[in-house]
Amino acid sequence: MEKLIFEKSRTGRRAFAQSPGESEDINIPESFLRVDRPQLPEASELQVVRHFTRLSQMNFSIDTQFYPLGSCTMKYNPRACNALAMLPGFAGRHPLGPVSHGQGFLNCMFELQEMLKDVTGMQGVSLTPMAGAQGELAGISMICAYHDARGDHERNEIIVPDAAHGTNPATATMCGCDVRELPTGSDGDINIEALKAMVGPKTAGIMLTNPSTLGVFERRIIEVAKIVHGAGGLLYYDGANLNAIIGKVRPGDMGFDVIHMNLHKTFSTPHGGGGPGSGAIGVGDRLLPFMPIPVVAAATIDGKTTYDWLTEDDLPQSIGRLSGFMGNAGVLLRAYVYMRMVGREGMHRLAEYATLNANYLQVRLRDAGFELAFPDRRASHEFIITLKRDAKTFDLTAMDVAKALLDHNYHAPTTYFPLLVDECLLIEPTETESKETLDGFVAAMIAIATEAREKGVSFKEAPYKMPVRRLDDVKAARQLDLAYRPDKRL
Amino acid sequence: MPFIPHTKDDVIEMLAAIGADDIGALFDEIPAELLIESLDRMPVGLSEMDITRLMHVRAARDGTPLCFIGAGAYEHHIPTVVWDISTRGEFYSAYTPYQAEASQGTLQTIYEYQTMMTGLTALDVSNASMYDGASSLAEAALMAVRCNRKKDSGCILLAPGVNPTYEKVAVAIAGRQRITFERLPMDETTGNVGGDLDDSADPVAVVIQQPSFFGTLEDVDRLTNWAHQQGALVIAIVNPTSLALLKAPGHWGEDGADIACGEGQPLGVPLSSGGPYFGFMTCKKKYVRQMPGRIVGRTTDLDNQPGYALTLQAREQHIRRSKATSNICTNQGLMVTAATIYLSLLGFDGLAQVARRSQQNVTRLAGRLTAIEGVERLFEGPHFHELVLRLDRPVAAVLDALAHRDILGGYNLAEFYPELGNALLICATETKTEADIDAYATALAEIFENGSRRSA
Repeated sequence: MEKLIFEKSRTGRRAFAQSPGESEDINIPESFLRVDRPQLPEASELQVVRHFTRLSQMNFSIDTQFYPLGSCTMKYNPRACNALAMLPGFAGRHPLGPVSHGQGFLNCMFELQEMLKDVTGMQGVSLTPMAGAQGELAGISMICAYHDARGDHERNEIIVPDAAHGTNPATATMCGCDVRELPTGSDGDINIEALKAMVGPKTAGIMLTNPSTLGVFERRIIEVAKIVHGAGGLLYYDGANLNAIIGKVRPGDMGFDVIHMNLHKTFSTPHGGGGPGSGAIGVGDRLLPFMPIPVVAAATIDGKTTYDWLTEDDLPQSIGRLSGFMGNAGVLLRAYVYMRMVGREGMHRLAEYATLNANYLQVRLRDAGFELAFPDRRASHEFIITLKRDAKTFDLTAMDVAKALLDHNYHAPTTYFPLLVDECLLIEPTETESKETLDGFVAAMIAIATEAREKGVSFKEAPYKMPVRRLDDVKAARQLDLAYRPDKRL
Repeated sequence: MPFIPHTKDDVIEMLAAIGADDIGALFDEIPAELLIESLDRMPVGLSEMDITRLMHVRAARDGTPLCFIGAGAYEHHIPTVVWDISTRGEFYSAYTPYQAEASQGTLQTIYEYQTMMTGLTALDVSNASMYDGASSLAEAALMAVRCNRKKDSGCILLAPGVNPTYEKVAVAIAGRQRITFERLPMDETTGNVGGDLDDSADPVAVVIQQPSFFGTLEDVDRLTNWAHQQGALVIAIVNPTSLALLKAPGHWGEDGADIACGEGQPLGVPLSSGGPYFGFMTCKKKYVRQMPGRIVGRTTDLDNQPGYALTLQAREQHIRRSKATSNICTNQGLMVTAATIYLSLLGFDGLAQVARRSQQNVTRLAGRLTAIEGVERLFEGPHFHELVLRLDRPVAAVLDALAHRDILGGYNLAEFYPELGNALLICATETKTEADIDAYATALAEIFENGSRRSA
């Protein structure tokens, strides 16, 4: 492991080029000032560059490895998106600057809203939610506000399939709703009879991911929409898997009233080691008045279009503001650049090639002896294999395969999610990976399985080639060490 | 098609392996009536050359005006190293470090970040960041309610200097959970908490912003002690740059603030129209299990060597689902990487220089501007790198006139504080030179002169 930057510090060392220079005395009374000296690094610029470059080299990333992490859509992040979002006019623009000095930016945002409406089939888009989970919060808040505005105050139940992302039930709770868990059938579709029994006068709405987290398309979605709407509830679309259908099917056409999009998945903005995300939302007619603000509007006078913000005054029923300004604007710019490059003629090909890659990989792994969770179904843009047979017979678990893959220089698929399938790996190759890469991954999977099945090799202690061996998670939680203190551990 | 590598032969071989006639067949489980032929309004795709030209035109249209706006987002010099290293593909295109062994770079960076934030705020533990400053207050309020089970009032008291947008965001995020936000009264001469403190609200927590939204400095010791005497938690909203100068939340009053949060953007993150930024959150150790968001811990591996992993995940939505501390999943990893590099380069002394230089610049700027007839300081007392001016005429028209000269003269307080009259919040960071300050003062003097002539 690399030493901590604090351990490399030497008293008095500085990156002097970064100093703005000494200043005269300041006019703040002493009682307001700090007297202690917090621990911050004292290092030269080269030391800092070298330290963080070396840390970066301990990461797997899309730029360096195949990263088939299911439900995360780890596709190539085009470099142009970053470079163009960082142009001085964009990067240096103050969020409270006047619209006179923001027409270029606002023009992009308005067009992004329009493009997102088109690809989702929704009537309005607000770009402000800062991540998928915040888009969910916006969506459920809007559903609640809609029922409230109609005097329908009893509707406080949100139906969530058992296969859903954890953010779905957590969001419903944050909005003060009760969660009803809907079972999934053995074919991977939700249990329609259970849904019929569950809806009623307390139903506020249902949260669905389609294709679901099981990697299959919910075939009876039109019927689901009828049942929920018939009971007076609304439908929320979790856009985590939008890449599977982009340009092919639109959530608005399926009957959804509100959707969040993970721009960092479908539209390839960077995952950045865990964020920033961006969870823009789209709404149908019923929820238009409730959108979070600000929203960008355009007005054309004498052939000249100008762009401005819609605020509380324009949308008095809005659920309000979710961020200090307008969300992750720089991420939105990156998504804008990506969508303009993909264009109308390319959008459906994202879904098509993501699906082609997933189905190819599914068939190759099935033929190599891996058990599919839903063997009778088409893969969407992702699919699940289950190691439960191997776990029982050869003590080869999903965790073992995940860790062994790291030594083959592949990032692991998503493990143990969704919770419904035992010993599962959720695999999403994305459209930007080549056939050679997929074949290489299959070869690695076969090599691992063969070693376990035929030679009795155990991977309990894998990985071996990473900067660290398998880490002690229990110790991490029991003996909390969350910040470096040379004197004591906290 | 920009980013799909498949050759025709690849597609043929792959379809043959699958046993499908064409790619369309892979969508045969989707009801046919749902499949669309084409999109209506998407424009056709652009090459990188074409989109580059378009974006350069648009960025140039927004220009690079001289900016004296603060109000929650601050223009600081960002060392070149910060984004050169942060946008290395290994940081930029990695995901959440769930596979710890293959993510030690991100994990160690976050651990170093957590260390720096606990040091700056003088509190025990830090999470791996929240979305932004405003939403971090919402999460801190919800956390305070969980930590302070003895109180069931649901009332969170806000000092008058709490950023008004933060309050709006907190209401939007937390308002459906029976939490109410109320304001303490303002002293009109200082902009700080005024009058005798009323003990009747029985608050769960008291929120103190230092420096305040007006740039002024509150008597945080008195307020902290008052809140604690009532059994309320203290939530500090702080500007991280200011912590190189000002007393850290952990040292406020007798016992220190319980939770600190705020906007991390000043630490190396570009203004970028409001995001992506990051919110930070630190707290006393006894509250760590109620903290929302990701947390990284140091542990050991099978060889007993040190390593880092996400920890205390039982608080989080992917484990606890509807009973999680929050629905938050993301941390602003890339921004935190930038901030960690920024703080490594500046160190405490560099950050203190930035803070002092900023404080001094806004003092100088105010001195120049208040020399103009019709411009005066609104609040007495010490300030950090922002302060409020009162003009003898409506602020909006003055800001428009300045913007015509490519000067963004500050933030108009009329929307949130009409009772303050023609109040303008100005900011000058270390990025402003004597010439910049002179340009602002000269332009404002001219505008006032022309305006007076017109009205005379």
